[in-house]
Amino acid sequence: MQKIGVFVCWCGSNIAATVDVKAVAEAAKQQPNVVYATDYQYMCSESGQTLIIDAIKEYGLTGVVICSCSPRMHETTFRKAVQKAGLNPYMLEIANIREQCSWIHKDIKEGTEKAIILMTAAVAKVQLNKPLIAGESAVTKRCLVIGGGIAGIQTALDVADAGFEVDIVEKKPTIGGKMAQLDKTFPTLDCAACILTPKMVDAAAHDKITLYTYSEVEAVKGFVGNFTVTIRKKARYVKENLCTGCGICTEKCPMKKQPNEFNMGLDKRGAIYIPFAQAVPKVPVIDPDACIKLKTGKCGICSKFCQVQAIDYTQKDELIEKKYGAIVVATGFNLIKLDKFGELSYGLCPDVVTSLEYERLMNAAGPTKGHLLRPSDGKEPKTIVFVQCVGSRGNSCKEKSYCSKVCCMYTAKHAMLTKDHYPDTDIYVFYIDVRTPGKNFDEFYRRAVEQYGVNYIKGQVGKVYEENGKVMVQGSDLLSNEQVLIPADMVVLATAIEPDESARKLGTMLTASMDTNDFFTEAHAKLRPVESPTAGIFLSGMAQGPKDIPETVSQAGAAAAKVIGLLAKDKLLGNPCVAHSDEMLCNGCSTCANVCPYGAIEYQNKEFRIPGGVETRRIAVVNEAVCQGCGACTVTCPSGAMDLKGFTNRQIMAEVDAICK
Amino acid sequence: MQEIIEKINELFENGTVNRVLAWKTGEFDYERTPAVFTKEDGLDGFSYDSFCAANLAKYLILETKKEGKIAILAKPCDTYNLNLLIKEHRIDREKVFILGVPCRCKIDVEKIRAKGIKGIKSIKEEGDTLIIDTIYGEKTCPRQEAIQDKCLACQGRTHVVFDEKIEGGEPANVEKIDRMAEVEKLEAMTPQERFDFWRSELSKCIRCNACRNVCPACTCTTCVFDNPASGVSSKANTDTFEENMFHIIRAFHVAGRCTDCGECSRVCPQHIPLHLLNRKFIKEINELYGTYQSGEDAQSKGPLTNFTQEDAEPSIVYTKGRV
Repeated sequence: MQKIGVFVCWCGSNIAATVDVKAVAEAAKQQPNVVYATDYQYMCSESGQTLIIDAIKEYGLTGVVICSCSPRMHETTFRKAVQKAGLNPYMLEIANIREQCSWIHKDIKEGTEKAIILMTAAVAKVQLNKPLIAGESAVTKRCLVIGGGIAGIQTALDVADAGFEVDIVEKKPTIGGKMAQLDKTFPTLDCAACILTPKMVDAAAHDKITLYTYSEVEAVKGFVGNFTVTIRKKARYVKENLCTGCGICTEKCPMKKQPNEFNMGLDKRGAIYIPFAQAVPKVPVIDPDACIKLKTGKCGICSKFCQVQAIDYTQKDELIEKKYGAIVVATGFNLIKLDKFGELSYGLCPDVVTSLEYERLMNAAGPTKGHLLRPSDGKEPKTIVFVQCVGSRGNSCKEKSYCSKVCCMYTAKHAMLTKDHYPDTDIYVFYIDVRTPGKNFDEFYRRAVEQYGVNYIKGQVGKVYEENGKVMVQGSDLLSNEQVLIPADMVVLATAIEPDESARKLGTMLTASMDTNDFFTEAHAKLRPVESPTAGIFLSGMAQGPKDIPETVSQAGAAAAKVIGLLAKDKLLGNPCVAHSDEMLCNGCSTCANVCPYGAIEYQNKEFRIPGGVETRRIAVVNEAVCQGCGACTVTCPSGAMDLKGFTNRQIMAEVDAICK
Repeated sequence: MQEIIEKINELFENGTVNRVLAWKTGEFDYERTPAVFTKEDGLDGFSYDSFCAANLAKYLILETKKEGKIAILAKPCDTYNLNLLIKEHRIDREKVFILGVPCRCKIDVEKIRAKGIKGIKSIKEEGDTLIIDTIYGEKTCPRQEAIQDKCLACQGRTHVVFDEKIEGGEPANVEKIDRMAEVEKLEAMTPQERFDFWRSELSKCIRCNACRNVCPACTCTTCVFDNPASGVSSKANTDTFEENMFHIIRAFHVAGRCTDCGECSRVCPQHIPLHLLNRKFIKEINELYGTYQSGEDAQSKGPLTNFTQEDAEPSIVYTKGRV
């Protein structure tokens, strides 16, 4: 029989303000096998833990229930505490009376009633708890970074510098990501390429870093310390080991009609192309949808001109399987599609461009060689209107609810750079608010207004249309409370950013949680901002939420520190809450193995004595070192043979019964 | 039938099998029960005709554990269950010879009785008419009107797994029904109406376990309802709701695996339309994950135990899963 102690935490006023903690402790005393119950202001504090330890010793407790915050918060703390008192750490249950109770209730009576029910359920469960002992698993000392933008590159460099192997998987033909497309970077206006490309080269040259460009993650198996990842290396049709990057193939290609992705489709590239001059690796790739040779078998000009016979039209996608101890998600972002914003004429009027297109138009390596020429007629624009928050901070279904964070700053940057080169340009910026919290950020914006004379108009744009060669911008000026109509030559839309489209699929593969906007969620918004709740998965850059380059780089470094902390360990203590199959009930039907995401279930034929002889049956056996205790097998097992230690069906039913009583 | 008997004797003689799982005539002229015929005892009482409705697949679980190879006579619909059992490693494929037999839809004697034809002595088929010899004289009934419900819902299946099959026989000439029509009727009800419908149907249950025992997907070594650790076995029933839960839990356990063989409803002595629970699952699965026929092959993972990136993420609250 168990001797159970119940400890009710006030959490200061967090719990005590909406739950009568004394009443909960009193109610606990009425529960079967409860020999001690009390309440305390901060159970997680040193003195709170001592109170628990003393009570375990004094009353000879065999099970402990702590009514406090979420187990995510302090389960480890309290497990250690009960262990100090000589109890098995898994003889502890936590009733979450904070997040799931006091925080969501306003009425003390209701809150208390619910807290008592949650306590009752935890007491019912702990009656059936059994001591559990954790196993160990080895750590593969290699890290996978998914995404080769500035976030991925920085994380990879930091992890590699600590002496661990790192692989970067990048879906584009080159690393560099969005930062490579930028012109100058705020607030210091250094040229993006000048500060990024050395890092790209460093990554490629690092003896601990392997680049898989033009590659994608196809499948992920395993768990923290032991991931097995399948990488699809797409056919480049160019042998990377032979190619010298001379670029003659790209010059000779006759199919120069493809929109150039790197320049946001503002100019054309060939069917064989190197995305940009400083690409890493500087190896061309053949676009199979455009290449005449691949489509019809004729042509082959690039191959004829290649001095080193690097062109290989027969190349096939290659699948590479590798093991990793940690995975970093650095999949970055894209601008949202503007097809639902018809009122802004994007796509109808060529002189309405997105901010990233404007970056390319400003960039010396861009389609206009850095001369600001508007796309429609190649003339210099004299009046430019910038529209902020296009698709950001909205509440309609086409808009994102969040602030894209970087637009205020890059718009100020665009305005100043434009004024620097073309001082007689009139610039207007429509804004909702100007948000510039950051070191030297507000000074930067004020310079645009005060020194450069950029016209900031508080208000939103209702309509953009073309009239007599002008782009007419109709908006409202909220400060002077009037409608304005600006005949502009060009309109730049500060388009909302969203996670890359690969994120959702990847999130599912990694079983890493995401928010409703498909940004990866962190394990704790404040205390664990670079870790995913899924152990061994770390977050870097825009994949986690909008952020600028300095923030991205610091987060990338933070993620690297977490990865290094993990890879530095030789063994990880496993989770003893793993599945177990009762061989007397198992049918050997393989359903559990079908649903097991970790490949932890194997089968064996075993002989059983039955009345009148021996019967051979196929039964499931769980590899406890591989099992992660997700419980998928227990719910799919039709005979109930599979059960999860620490969360047995009987324990869960006991909780449900206690709640429904 | 002669061709089948010859084939079985051939299998006996050339030593392929030592037993055959088939049907034999029961107490009444029109009654057929599953039976194992051994080489030694011969085919005394063997029968295969329009009354052999029982699905024999499940018997193989125990039979393939015995010494020697056994032959099974399998109607097209039964072969789907054979595949399921092979897939779930419940039968040893090496120890069974599957002899496919033709089917022209089976006769439900209950349906004849329901027409007021009582005291049946024997039933003969003449084309599409049944000639029924009763103690009150000879009666007739169109064959179509006496077809098993499960056969009306069968959408022209073919043998999906077999070692050999015997073709031929008369064509069925049976007009089929839309098997989902009844489910749609239930779906059209209000939740309260549906609840009342099921409460009324399921309250008839006497827990004879016939549905569970006949179901070729219900093959657990120990059923959860017989497992004391499950917390649901041997409980005194406080109200009929517990029996209701039995059927709902059973439907969940066979969801994604049920081949829609219809045996549950056929054997229910209380005539509870149990197949509708399973068919509702099939309909939902088809709509959410693409048309799936359990047992069509012995390799594919079932839709509920498989995962693809394209899977719908059903939400019962908002979209009913249609994405």
